[in-house]
Amino acid sequence: MSRATLADSGDALLEAEELSTYFPIRTGIMQRVTGQVKAVDKISFKVRRGETFGIVGESGCGKSTTGRSLLRLIEPTGGTVRFDGQELGSLGESGLRKMRRDMQMIFQDPFASLNPRHRIGKILQEPLIVHGIGNAAERRERVAKVMETVGLSAWQLEGYPHQFSGGQRQRIAIARALMLEPKLIIADEPVSALDVSIQSQILNLMHDLQEQMGLTYVFIAHDLSVVKHFCDRVAVMYLGRIVELGDKRPLYSEPKHPYTKALLSAVPSTDLGKASERIMLQGEVPSPANAPAGCVFHTRCPQAMDICRHERPVMKQVAPGHATACHLYS
Amino acid sequence: MEPHLLEIVDLHTHFVTERGEIPAVDGVDLSIRKGEIVGVVGESGCGKSVTSLSVMRLLPQPPGKYAGGSIRFKGEELIHAREKRMKQIRGNEISMIFQEPMTSLNPLLTVGEQIMETLRVHLPIGKKEAAARAVDMLRKVGIARAESIVRSYPHQLSGGMRQRVMIAIALCCEPELLIADEPTTALDVTIQAQILDLMKKLNRETGTAIMMITHDLGVVAEICERVVVMYAGKVVEEGAVKDIFANPRHPYTQGLIRSIPSMNEERSRLYSIPGQVPKPGAISQGCRFAPRCEYAMDICRAQLPELIAGANAAHRSRCWLNTTQEVAN
Repeated sequence: MSRATLADSGDALLEAEELSTYFPIRTGIMQRVTGQVKAVDKISFKVRRGETFGIVGESGCGKSTTGRSLLRLIEPTGGTVRFDGQELGSLGESGLRKMRRDMQMIFQDPFASLNPRHRIGKILQEPLIVHGIGNAAERRERVAKVMETVGLSAWQLEGYPHQFSGGQRQRIAIARALMLEPKLIIADEPVSALDVSIQSQILNLMHDLQEQMGLTYVFIAHDLSVVKHFCDRVAVMYLGRIVELGDKRPLYSEPKHPYTKALLSAVPSTDLGKASERIMLQGEVPSPANAPAGCVFHTRCPQAMDICRHERPVMKQVAPGHATACHLYS
Repeated sequence: MEPHLLEIVDLHTHFVTERGEIPAVDGVDLSIRKGEIVGVVGESGCGKSVTSLSVMRLLPQPPGKYAGGSIRFKGEELIHAREKRMKQIRGNEISMIFQEPMTSLNPLLTVGEQIMETLRVHLPIGKKEAAARAVDMLRKVGIARAESIVRSYPHQLSGGMRQRVMIAIALCCEPELLIADEPTTALDVTIQAQILDLMKKLNRETGTAIMMITHDLGVVAEICERVVVMYAGKVVEEGAVKDIFANPRHPYTQGLIRSIPSMNEERSRLYSIPGQVPKPGAISQGCRFAPRCEYAMDICRAQLPELIAGANAAHRSRCWLNTTQEVAN
């Protein structure tokens, strides 16, 4: 049985509080800092043990920066991240490395994330060597076992990444993430570079692995239907902030935030019978270097009010397990 | 019934490589009527982009090679047309837009200069008139402040704006056919919705036919009337969008439709087509989909089925399952 059903629903494996990551904008010959891009701006959420937590949003909304900041692959500017009760910000280099055994990452482009000069066997053994686990024979055995788990064969260990298709490379990337038996996997657009028929194979694999190993996923994606299929809870991001967060079902069936509504209505549907009403957003996402004051969405919001232009809305619960940051609900 | 605007018959486009000739497009039949929006769907490597580049005669030769078949545009054969004639056709009668607008726009010219260039190559108009038309065209594709955007360079614009500019360039000479190769794949959903909406509107207003190349069945459902499904260099199914979604006849089309995570229903597991798309040239006989097909029979591995219609003459599929009755007789 998966841990999801055993664990208390309040049991958080990962907890981000007021997490912020700003990037400095440097201009001029002296490269003086003249501004900031608030890529992630004071976001808070909890990821429960055994669940799949989705982060969706359009390009530039900060979802990938959030994923990397959680692992401290990018050093956050402010806020705290707690993993398994331990605050990551307080850890030194070696403490952090030990912690990373339990938290792994999978990236979008499995070609860029695998060393082209190493054989698959070496790529998969590397995490074990870095963390000093087992002897040579034990490592080989573990590698062969994980290869089988992700649906590849032992003879393929001799191959180089370029000899594999996109779907197979993503399986290898997943295998590498599994080598250390992590508790959490952060997957950043793991299927968006793949064809539909391969995409479903990888999603099914990730689903099976979660059941077998009790994994917790943070699943970052722009594809709303994939997220709906795969995640238990979903956070919608816009310009560095979470605008809505909730259990998948109410969030998709009764979205509260005007941005979530527009986003969901924009998805092309293959259901021809359903002529859904489309909310066409005007204009484009403003530059995060120059984010609007108040609610960041007010420049495109069809329901913007006066207060939206100067006061940042806070996350408020609108229904059990469903919260949004919008003045319409406060 | 109206004659076809574009008629591709038994097109073979090969790539000449060190390991021999690889048939990327292997006997494709495809036709488009005036004002029609036709989707061409398939996964990477199925030959959909090579088909469109063949129509525009934009494949460098070598390695590209037109190994057979015909491409007729308004009755005129394009395969053997001279380059001079193709230059008149491209941008004027048939236009094309690509997935990544940044790489297809010239970074050194302003948006206005690029629209004016296209106009003045094809139409006998002066600079002033071309400039005025450029601004008009930008307005038509929904760009606010067209007077100032006309003087911007591509890098100053966002992805959605660049794709609008591409569409403006493609449509400024009022072509009869627009080939759009994954025009919204690089864009976010809310911007994609805007661009698809714009294309539909321009199709209605100007009567430009659109060949929409995409891997996204959602986009097809959204904008197309008819759809052609390709697999490994061949058309495996074609028909009206509503027929194909309601009653896909080829197991590959069925698999594609079933693999999409649906927004409306929930399943714990997604259907997935086993195996992978074969490498071009890897299969020489039989149905290309047979190695991945759950219904594969002996005949599928031995002999290639024809693309034939069932009760509905407009809905054709290339599968022995749909032809076995006829064979038995």
